Amino acid sequence: MSGTGARENVFATRMSLANTKQRLKGAQTGHSLLAKKRDALTTRFRAILRKVDESKRKMGRVMQVASFSMAEVTYTTGDIAYLVQEQAKLATFRVKTKQENVSGVVLPAFEVDRVSGSDFNLTGLGRGGQQILKAKEVYAKALETLVELASLQTAFTILDEVIRATNRRVNAIEHVVIPRLDNTIKYIMSELDEMDREEFFRLKKVQAKKKRDTAARAEEAEAKAQHEQPTLVDLALDGDAEEASADLLRSKDEDVIF
Amino acid sequence: MASTTSFKDRNLIAVIGDEDSITGLLLAGVGHINEQQKKNFLVVDSKTPVATIEATFVEYTERKDIAILLINQHIAEKIRPTVDKYQQAFPTLLEIPSKDHPYDPSKDSILKRVQKLFGE
Repeated sequence: MSGTGARENVFATRMSLANTKQRLKGAQTGHSLLAKKRDALTTRFRAILRKVDESKRKMGRVMQVASFSMAEVTYTTGDIAYLVQEQAKLATFRVKTKQENVSGVVLPAFEVDRVSGSDFNLTGLGRGGQQILKAKEVYAKALETLVELASLQTAFTILDEVIRATNRRVNAIEHVVIPRLDNTIKYIMSELDEMDREEFFRLKKVQAKKKRDTAARAEEAEAKAQHEQPTLVDLALDGDAEEASADLLRSKDEDVIF
Repeated sequence: MASTTSFKDRNLIAVIGDEDSITGLLLAGVGHINEQQKKNFLVVDSKTPVATIEATFVEYTERKDIAILLINQHIAEKIRPTVDKYQQAFPTLLEIPSKDHPYDPSKDSILKRVQKLFGE
């Protein structure tokens, strides 16, 4: 009955029953809270999923445009790759992170943080300058898209991980913790019932024995009484005689008093 | 979540890509050389050995100041096992298309997961 399924190793007492019931209640509350959290996260996750898909495709187009403008630069100014690589010293295009909270999960979001200065002075060669400026702007735009995509993707990765952890917890509570507590409660109940029955039976037994004993004693007494009836009569007779004498004495005494 | 504690100092964008992609992104101003003379970009051409790409990839993913790591898809393809194994949130790994290799969504490790989740 109570032996089926895993249960906790407790003594079957009323206190442990109360404790276990409380824990079961706690587990159920926790379960519903976690399930709510999971639902909230999943809603968010679905929205992000769609956006990630969208912006990945958008990125493909944006990068194509950017590559094209780069090709224009190469066409007008020749190869500037080496020059540009040598000029790179300090990043002017950085990102800032801010965080957003979705039901207890911190989701970072990147923001573009452009610092002016440290421009490429040497690239203003001839007609190429304009093209380079244009390419620079196009690439900055593309990078903005990339940064946006990056924050979406980070949120995606983190949410994915958190949802999985939450799911694990929800399932663990649902399929392990709650059945275990249920089993424990059932076990304690059955043990207590068993003890009750045992106690009841014991009391009945004691009562029956007492009854039997009293009956036996009564019977014995009766039997004795019956046995001793004649002697009692004799005694009574004797008593009568004595009584008479006593009466005599008493009357005598009375007489004395009067 | 130890990874989220340190994301405040991350503000650089690192790039592993071919020459054109690097040049364009550097023009936009992502280039940075730190105190140890370490660049945050790696130019990959046909002669670059895969081991170098992989080493750089690992180095960038372990650096604490990089928030986003951009990598050309055709280069990511060369070190695909390493890229697919990378699951951390920081730095964010983004596969970008290059001039000669148009973007193929089916190869992206993140998009693969997206597709899988949508398919379910």
